[in-house]
Order: sequence, then C-alpha cells, then structure tokens
Amino acid sequence: MKHLLSTENLSLANAIRILDTAEEMAAVGDREVKKLPALRGRTVVNLFFEDSTRTRISFEAAAKRLSADVINFAAKGSSVSKGESLKDTAQTLSAMGADAVVIRHWASGAPHRLAATDWIDAAVINAGDGTHEHPTQALLDAFTMRRHWARLAGTGSEGADLKGMRVAIAGDVLHSRVARSNVWLLRTLGAEVTLVAPPTLLPIGVEKWPCKVSYNMDDTLEQGVDAVMMLRVQGERMNASFFPSTREYSRRWGFDDNRLKALDTLGMKDTIIMHPGPMNRGLEISAAAADSPRSTVLAQVRNGVSVRMAALYLLLSGDTREPAATPALAYAGTHSTKEIN
Amino acid sequence: MAANTGTYLIRGASILGGEPADLLIRDGVIAETGTGLNTEGSVNDVTVIDATGLVALPGMVDVHTHLREPGREDAETVETGTRAAALGGYTAVHAMANSTPVADTAGVVEQVYTLGRTAGWVDVRPVGAVTVGLAGEQLAELGAMADSRARVRMFSDDGICVHDPVLMRRALEYVKAFDGVVAQHAQEPRLTAGAQMNEGEVSAVLGLAGWPAVAEESIIARDVLLAQHVGSRLHVCHVSTAGSVEIIRWAKERGINVTAEVTPHHLLLTDDLVRSYDPVFKVNPPLRTDADVQALRAGLADGTIDVVGTDHAPHPSEHKECEWAQAAMGMTGLETALSVVQHTMIETGLMTWADFARVTSTAAAQIGRLADQGRPLEAGEPANVILVDPAARWTVDPFSMATMGRNSPFKGRELPGRVVATFFKGHPTVLDGELNTPYPYADATAGVA
Repeated sequence: MKHLLSTENLSLANAIRILDTAEEMAAVGDREVKKLPALRGRTVVNLFFEDSTRTRISFEAAAKRLSADVINFAAKGSSVSKGESLKDTAQTLSAMGADAVVIRHWASGAPHRLAATDWIDAAVINAGDGTHEHPTQALLDAFTMRRHWARLAGTGSEGADLKGMRVAIAGDVLHSRVARSNVWLLRTLGAEVTLVAPPTLLPIGVEKWPCKVSYNMDDTLEQGVDAVMMLRVQGERMNASFFPSTREYSRRWGFDDNRLKALDTLGMKDTIIMHPGPMNRGLEISAAAADSPRSTVLAQVRNGVSVRMAALYLLLSGDTREPAATPALAYAGTHSTKEIN
Repeated sequence: MAANTGTYLIRGASILGGEPADLLIRDGVIAETGTGLNTEGSVNDVTVIDATGLVALPGMVDVHTHLREPGREDAETVETGTRAAALGGYTAVHAMANSTPVADTAGVVEQVYTLGRTAGWVDVRPVGAVTVGLAGEQLAELGAMADSRARVRMFSDDGICVHDPVLMRRALEYVKAFDGVVAQHAQEPRLTAGAQMNEGEVSAVLGLAGWPAVAEESIIARDVLLAQHVGSRLHVCHVSTAGSVEIIRWAKERGINVTAEVTPHHLLLTDDLVRSYDPVFKVNPPLRTDADVQALRAGLADGTIDVVGTDHAPHPSEHKECEWAQAAMGMTGLETALSVVQHTMIETGLMTWADFARVTSTAAAQIGRLADQGRPLEAGEPANVILVDPAARWTVDPFSMATMGRNSPFKGRELPGRVVATFFKGHPTVLDGELNTPYPYADATAGVA
C-alpha cells in the first residue's frame, strides 16, 4: 500500500491489517503517555481544501501520537481562477519534504490526481473527496462494528471480519462519500448492507452496488438489523426538491424515538446506532437515539484516531510484515478490548 | 480561382478505396483522371507522386472545430489549428462561434475568415452565433453574418444549448431566408447543472455529478419536432447517446430535415476511462457507455448520423492539470479523426472508404453549403484531395502534434492510417506526411474565394 485513496479497491487482507494495527494503536491511547516514536522525523501535511475540523484534528492527533511533525495547510477555495492550483500546491509541499499528505477536497478524485501525477511523491491519504469516498471514516466505522460483533461472538477482534452482520445505511446516499466507502468496505468484510433512502437521494446505477436498496426504514428494521448508520442531511439539499420538507424526511427516513422503541419491541437488544457526525438532532436522528446506550457516536470518534494512526503507520513505515512483528509496536501493550461499543 | 498552384500527377491511388487510377492536378482542379496518364505536353514542371497503396479521398470537411482565435490564443490560433487540420486530412473546417469576442457579428466572422485565408492551410468557414454573446436571449444578426464576406451558413451557440424553445423556433425559421442551418448543442441546462460525466454506473461509484442521456435526447426530440413544424433545416452537434440515434432515425423516417454529427471520441471511448479522474477524458457531451458507442457506430454506418465532426477543443495544460471538477471540457481531434474513424468504422467492417468520404467530406460540405468541397474525384472538380496510407500504424503523441492543445484522449494508443498528402485547391499543404506550404492566396484579405 502506497496510498489510501478508496475502499473500493482495498483488499480484505489490507483492510484486516489496518483494523488489526488500529487495535494496537488503540492501546496507546489508553496509556498515560499517548505517544509512539514510530514516525519521528517524518512530516505529515494535512491539506484541507474544505473545512472539517473533526477530521483534521483526528488526523492531527493520530500523526502526533506517532511523533510525526504535522503541518496544517488550509487551502480553501483554491482553483486555477482564484489562486494556486492543486499542482502548484502539491509541488510546494513536495519541495518542503512532506512524507504524507492527508487531503480533504470538495472535488471527487482530487486525492487520485495527487497519487497518479508526478506532482508529489508522498503517500496520499484521502480524508474525504467530494461525493466519492472517505476511506478512513469507513475503516473507523468497520473498526467500531468489528469490536461490537466480536464481543457478541465472545471472541477477540484481531483478524476478524464482519461476516453475517446486517448493516443499514440510511439517508443521503447520493451525496455521501461515507456511504460509498462503507458499502465497498463492508462488502469486503462480509457484512450485508441495505441502503435506506428516498429514491431521489440514491444514485442512478446503485442497482449495480453490492447491497440491497430499500425505500422504507420500518420494513428494513423489521427484517432485522445489527447496526443502523444514519447519514447527515446537508443543508443545501433541503430546498432542492430532493424531498418535500425536513419534517417529511424525518418521519419517513429519520431515526426517531418510535424507531428507537421499535428496536426494543422487535427484540433487537444488541443493535447499535451509528452516525459519522456532525449530527442534525431532530432531523435524521432524534436526541434520544443519539444519546442512547445503543449509540456509538463517541466511540466512532475515539476509534477514528486509532484507525488513522494505523493508516499513517502502515503507509509511512513501508512495512509489509504483520503488525505484531513490528518493533515500533512491540511495546504498544496488550490489546484493549474494554471498549464495548 | 488562383492559378499557378503547380501540376501534380498522382499515380496509382486507390480512388475512394476502389480501383487504382491516376489523378492529374493542375491549376487548382483535377484536370484529368484515368490510368497511365502521362505528363508529356505539359508546359509546367510536373511533380509525380507514386501513390501505390494509398487511398485518394476528397479533402475532409470538419463541421465542428474550435480554433479559439480571437481571444484564447494561448489555447490555439487559426494558424496552428489549421496546420493541424491540414495534417489531419482536412481542406475545410467550420470554426465555432464561442471565441472572445463571440462570433456574433459580421465583423468577427469576417476576422476569422480573413485569418483563415492569411493562414492558407484550409478553407476556414466561420460559424455564427445564434444568440448575442451565446447568452440565449436575443438573436444575433444572422443575416448580416450570412451576407458578410464570410458567407456564414451554419449558426450555433455550441458549448451552450439554445434551450429557450421560442428562440430556437425563431432561429430555425429565420435562417431559411438564406438557406442557413442551426447546429444545436443539445443539452437541457437544468438537468445538467454542475454535470461532470455521463450519469450511470460509473458516476455512481466515482461520486461525480451526472450528465444524463435524457438531457440530450429531450432537446433533440423537441428540436426535430420544431424543425418539422416550421419546415427548417436542423443540425445536431456531437450526438452521444443510443437514444439520440433512435430519435434522429425516427425523425428522418418522417422526412424531417435533420442532420447529425458524431465525434471520433464518442465512436471509441467510454466513461470507464473517467475512473482515472484524468481530465483529458472530460468532454461535453461526456463519454458514454459501450452500448452508446455501438449505437453511434451503427447510426453512422446506416446514415442516421450524417457526418463525423471532431469538436476539436484545445485547452492550455493548466486547464487539464487539475482536479476533474476544475478542468475544462474538451479534447483535440483534428489530427486523430481519420485514424479513429478508420479504426472504429472501416477496420470493423462497418464502412468502406467511399462511406468514409461521405461522412467526412461530402455530407459535411452539403451541411455547410460549401460548393467547392466534398466533390467527386473527377475531371473538372476542385482539387481538394487527400492521400491516405491505410496500412500505416502510429502511436499518438500529443506533443508531436501541430495543434497547441496537448489534450488528446488517444495519447499512447496505436492507431491505423496516416495522411500522406493533402491538396487544398490544387496546392499540397501536406506532402510525405509533413506540412508543406500554405495555399498562396494572391491577396489573403481580398475576399475573393
């Protein structure tokens, strides 16, 4: 692995390797001194063409815990017409000796351009590109699900996949990079995915995706589900005829209090509720659902740092051996399994 | 007709891919055809060209070229674009109106026309804008452009659709006064707001905003009905979908006066290439699916689609070396069109070289009302002739082209066919596959054709 651009082409072996490494990284986060020397002297640039404080600080924390030097580069609104081009920015970072570029961009494919051109030789991590992919988000979601799934099975997470897990992803799939990355990664890990959305918010061509599609949230819940992932409804969709009103959206596709109760009624005591954040409380998810014991929202944030540490470590160490055999991690401590959701 | 362009005896060329024959070109016309022509008795020096194994075709006529001048001389000039055209086998190109300033007045079309004559590589036929500034609000002075020295017959807002149905109706009606044609860029604007690529299986995965086939097809359906209603001549630019072919076939069956064009890139490339996110594959209308490619080939072969138009659209490198969404739409095409059509239509057995002559020359000249182009290779006809080596193979290298644009989507592909010579008004603009000299107009600005 030279870059982490998408989950579409991420092999099962590499996905498991990242998740297993993330388990080891999580143990670092539980120690008093939350730091490893693994990337000492390496430079990681957070290149953000779009605001995302949550993702940026997660990557920043991950890089710093690995002792890398971190440069934050906010390049909002850059374009040929408005200022410096992506090519010039990339060449500038290359000249400064960046070893890895974590790129968030509003344009789908921008990370692919960095990786495919000779503008920069650094490892490229896609931190969300347009409506294409957000691979580390999918990996942290999978990490969170895997811990839950392993706990239910009474086994450890390491080496495990998600075979048999039923996952519903609900909301604006059309514009969601999180949904795309999750569909591909969950397929690779063996989970069964159902997309739940109004037909206006599903892409033409979704019928070719490796998942089921439903227009009805209640039917999907009744058929049994182990994790429900709610997607954020962006403000700009609300007046563009994708749905008649936010109230109608909330009633038909939101995870409201009635659906929270339905999980109990239907006997799904172990079903978790996920959200990549930031949440629109009262729109796609009710406050009660967001704050319930089923919610993994904060665990996802916590796991995000571990997963991003793993990605940075594996890309920058250039190590193809099994993570357990790497000297840098030898003193990372025993696997933490105390986090149950 | 300018005289003294020399005398050339082309020996043993396969005429339109048929039997070998000789062509004697003298004083701008094909003086004689036949076998075993000799040069005795000629007062001038005769250059003899051994054309054994070569195919003689009428000079190609492009109905759709962006020469960028005036305004974007960093992308292309009339000089560089027409050099590319000559090398590609063209003897006439229609220069689209979306320059800066827009070619929406007699003054601008005469400027482009004059630049074309000054360059002297091909016949440059300016296309006039349908609406002032391509803004889609008010008809440009179509009559003034038609009456100008440029004698404009084709009008188009290409790049932008004349989407207002009333304005489109009026334009279709108005150009009847001077036998003009409206060339429509069929793209429903609301269905394609922010569109980046063909809407379908690939766009769903790539997360790029979709350009649905229906946005093209709905405009074509409307326009053929409008053309029928007002009894006008309609030309549809760069048809890209299977559904569009069906609609045009239906319209022709009903006797509607519609012609259509397809680009070489839509005959070969599909939206799968967009998976690379390389903007060299970004074009409008977008690359479609393999089913569309097959339908376009079938439509061109059976005459539903009348002509090949390159939509040659050079861009400076900075407009392609960027994010997909930021990149300009368009591909170069003048120097690869012949090879791509040979590869997709002739080597597949769908067409003969005679068919090739029809779709790249004869029909195109008729659409543009160019009397001296697209003529039979017979004695007395204007000597707009090309010689093609169909057995040649070459690898596309955008950096060795005459166009300033480096945005060829065929980069690195091996393609068949090579233009060995181009005769424009009896003068070789290309010889041995290399640029020779431009046609020596007596006075490039005199305005005498």
